[in-house]
Amino acid sequence: MRTYYRNIVTAFLLFTGFSSTAEDQNQCLKCHGNHIYSIHNEWTERTEKRLMNPYFVIDSVRMSAGVHQSFSCTDCHSTDYGTYPHNGELKLEPMAGCLDCHGGDEKYASYQFEKIEEEFGKSVHAQACGDAFTCSKCHDQHYYQVTARNSESVTGIVRYSNEMCLSCHDNMQKYQLLSEGQKPELVEAHSWLPNKNLHFEHVRCIECHTEVVDSLMISHNIMPKENAVKRCVECHTADSRLKASLYKYQNLQSRSENGMMGNILSNESYVIGAYRNPLLNWGSILIFCVVLLGVSVHIIFRIIKK
Amino acid sequence: MGTEGRIYLYPKWLRAWHGLNALGIIVLIFTGINMQYASPDFQLMRFDLAIRFHNIAGVLVAVSYLLFFIGNLVSSNGTFYQIKLKGLRNRLFLQIRYYAYGMFKKEECPFPVSEKRKFNPLQKYSYIAVMYVFVPLVIISGIALLFPELIITEVYGVSGVFLTALLHASVGFLISIFLIVHVYVASVGKSPFKNYRSIITGWHE
Repeated sequence: MRTYYRNIVTAFLLFTGFSSTAEDQNQCLKCHGNHIYSIHNEWTERTEKRLMNPYFVIDSVRMSAGVHQSFSCTDCHSTDYGTYPHNGELKLEPMAGCLDCHGGDEKYASYQFEKIEEEFGKSVHAQACGDAFTCSKCHDQHYYQVTARNSESVTGIVRYSNEMCLSCHDNMQKYQLLSEGQKPELVEAHSWLPNKNLHFEHVRCIECHTEVVDSLMISHNIMPKENAVKRCVECHTADSRLKASLYKYQNLQSRSENGMMGNILSNESYVIGAYRNPLLNWGSILIFCVVLLGVSVHIIFRIIKK
Repeated sequence: MGTEGRIYLYPKWLRAWHGLNALGIIVLIFTGINMQYASPDFQLMRFDLAIRFHNIAGVLVAVSYLLFFIGNLVSSNGTFYQIKLKGLRNRLFLQIRYYAYGMFKKEECPFPVSEKRKFNPLQKYSYIAVMYVFVPLVIISGIALLFPELIITEVYGVSGVFLTALLHASVGFLISIFLIVHVYVASVGKSPFKNYRSIITGWHE
């Protein structure tokens, strides 16, 4: 199945080229890029304006910034969508998943899609929802951008990542696409967390809710809520868990080497307990010891000279 | 005000401030160390509790500082904190010499306590530095960290919160060093406990 889709995409790109791709996209976006579209109704022989189903509206600006910007819509959707009105049965066509194209592809070896799939298989998402929980539930294929590897802004990475989680966990309609239950009240569930809003803005949900895997850039094994990290000192310490998750990216590390303080944890935020400057540490210990020594010597002299 | 060689040096409001401040600062140092050196293997108290107590003690110290500041403005106690630069170096040297040498030779204290002179020069200028520079700095940076949205986001590519925290922790450390010296020097005198009693009763003996 994967090879089949990959071959189709490769062949398509090879034989049709980018210009026709853009043309195809434009053809679809004429209607799907707007909230109102026009059709020529052959029955009434009139041109009519209609409202587009808001769930089928594509933001062409965001799409042009996404990783799949050069794709034609029909690379993933059926070519039969080229005719209007679309055949109703097309809605039931099986869609290509990420691994159908990306799996086994050496070009994307560094992304370790197979390993991601393996880790995801252990996650609470896979356990609870099975195959219905596809990659696109979090990674919207129309707009997805590679942020963690490219961005130099920690808060930008955090915001982008957390929006993926919140797209379902803060949206009952999307949540109930996969679950019969009610979505958890996030604010209430995190009420134990000191400075909740600061945490929400400066660390990703996955920092506490995934099992850190050293060999993967982003852990995809989302744990059940009972296993989420609740011990503050796992992050708030010199050997912070954040160093193995949020702050492990090369793009941030290389920037931190040039940073004023030589420590990425200090560049955009301050994690209490995690920032240890050796110079300040040893300096303070030295001052402390000198003061104690001075006091001790003074006490000894006071006793001797009494 | 003096009776039989005793001088009433510490009025009630000053002792109340001193007590509140001492309690607050001790809690702040204890919880501060617990936060700065937190680790899964070393915890004097739970991290989130340390944060909560640090915040409460910080507010307590800030409020008690207002009491000290206003008290010094409206009462005569403020006169003990007036800077006189003329001859300062010599006065400081005399006091250091006394602590390091003279007191062991049973020399007279160069600046004995009187109604007009509550502090010796070393005390006076260290108190001025702590109470009018370090404590305000630690309070202002502490309030900023309590409401981080008040802080400038970035200064030359470095987080404003980080710089504020660095200032807060560094000044906090200096205050804790002052506390050690302050508590120790208070034991210097005719009897080691005389000054501790004074700050509770208000009377210098």
